[in-house]
Amino acid sequence: MADYEPTIIAFVCNWCTYTAADLAGTSRLVQPPNLRMVRMMCTGMIDPKYIIKALLEGADAVLVSGCHPGDCHYINGNLKARRRMKLLKEILPRFGFDERRLKMTWIGASEGIDFAETARQMTAEIKELGRNDLRTRMVL
Amino acid sequence: MSKTGKITVKDRDPVSSLQNFLKLLLEKGTVEAVLVQQRLPIQNAAVMPVLVTDPEKLEGADPLAPAFPLNGARMLSRLTRKPLDAPIAAVMRPCEIRAFFELVKLKQGSAENVVFIGVDCLGTYGNIDYQKIAASTAGAESTLTFHRSILSGKGTATGDADISPACKSCDHPVATNADIGIGLLGANIEESLLLISNTEKGARVLGGLGIEVEEGDQPLRQSAVDALVSERTAYRDKMFEATSEAVSDVQKLMGYLGNCVNCYNCRVACPVCYCRECVFTTDVFDHEPAQYLRWAKRKGALKMPTDTVFYHLTRLAHMSTACIGCGQCSNACPNAVPVAELFRTVSHGVQKAFGYLAGASLDDEPPLSVFGEKEFSEVTGGKD
Repeated sequence: MADYEPTIIAFVCNWCTYTAADLAGTSRLVQPPNLRMVRMMCTGMIDPKYIIKALLEGADAVLVSGCHPGDCHYINGNLKARRRMKLLKEILPRFGFDERRLKMTWIGASEGIDFAETARQMTAEIKELGRNDLRTRMVL
Repeated sequence: MSKTGKITVKDRDPVSSLQNFLKLLLEKGTVEAVLVQQRLPIQNAAVMPVLVTDPEKLEGADPLAPAFPLNGARMLSRLTRKPLDAPIAAVMRPCEIRAFFELVKLKQGSAENVVFIGVDCLGTYGNIDYQKIAASTAGAESTLTFHRSILSGKGTATGDADISPACKSCDHPVATNADIGIGLLGANIEESLLLISNTEKGARVLGGLGIEVEEGDQPLRQSAVDALVSERTAYRDKMFEATSEAVSDVQKLMGYLGNCVNCYNCRVACPVCYCRECVFTTDVFDHEPAQYLRWAKRKGALKMPTDTVFYHLTRLAHMSTACIGCGQCSNACPNAVPVAELFRTVSHGVQKAFGYLAGASLDDEPPLSVFGEKEFSEVTGGKD
């Protein structure tokens, strides 16, 4: 299983993590190309169903990443997102989804190195974990 | 501290004694109307919530009937989404009051001018089962038979029907958050019913009616309540275990939901599914015809209608913090998918994770409507 390339859907906020990803790129930091970034204005606008849908369609993992607490451009969207992630981490593992496929991090705009490191680590971990086999199975 | 009084039952008929109590509320002008389930004056005598203003029109009222056609919280929400001019009384089951409390917190109703009268709930039958039971006897006779059977220790089963799994697993048979509780547990209901005032408002109403109440323990009632709750909790825990096992991976979950036809009845019947417009019936899910073909090509086969598991998981993400376990979802399911067991099991875990109990109090904030700066650091790998 270790030789497959995982698909990780990353919902990132415009103000912090997307900017950090940009910085990682312009700084020419080496990072795996497994993250599919979806740029949101704020992690607080990530509807839980985006995450459920991604996993049901066969994404190997979902990353939600935004500003550190206190740094949110919209004051507290990231804190709302954390509660929603808590909710999903309570619901989805009951149906056999490995909790490691749901990850949330805080990466500030200046933390390009942190972003590249998160991408590396997460890709390695999900590679180890194996495929989400819903990718090829019919989901009712 | 709650205070307890009594309704003396005449002619061994607790139903008509309760009607007299409700009549008194209207005659004395304590409330302008009473919302209470009634046997409708039609051939098959269906039981439905009815809003009564004329004390003479209470003769069909039967709050003790083991019928639960729908969760009345939705009806009360319709009555109270704008301020009421005069108080009304709502005679409800514990799960209806708890569901309504959730709606109040979601700003879909107001408890302000409502006197909640909560009746001890010994369980209800599914709609189809109840129709058969009610059809076999006239008027409130089937209600009395049901309660006599429980009183004499024969249980709730009638013929091949029994109360619903949601009711068997309900650990809240007593409406502790009602202004006035009607106590069946610990009373011989052919002789008297208990009247319990749990709030200031409840005490005021009973005082206004000239009903004497006194403080003090009710050991007989307490032990009857404890016994029922522990029996139901035991059933509940078994149900949690069996349901968790039955859906422990996606393949099993698909099997569990296999007969679902995406009719969304469970969502319509759910008192706490709060969206005014459900996303699953909007354009978002009105997919392009070509989209279906693309999906089918990607996986080789596509079950139609699509998005069944997606729908149920999304519904869980919406209502699991507010689910009070009334079981109306299963009641409404045309294909007998045991959705109530599934939703209740997951909701129990979710509410525990947030330290929240749906419907317990108007003061606890719904988990997804509040947040804190330092909390749930495990979600972000220990960092906050």
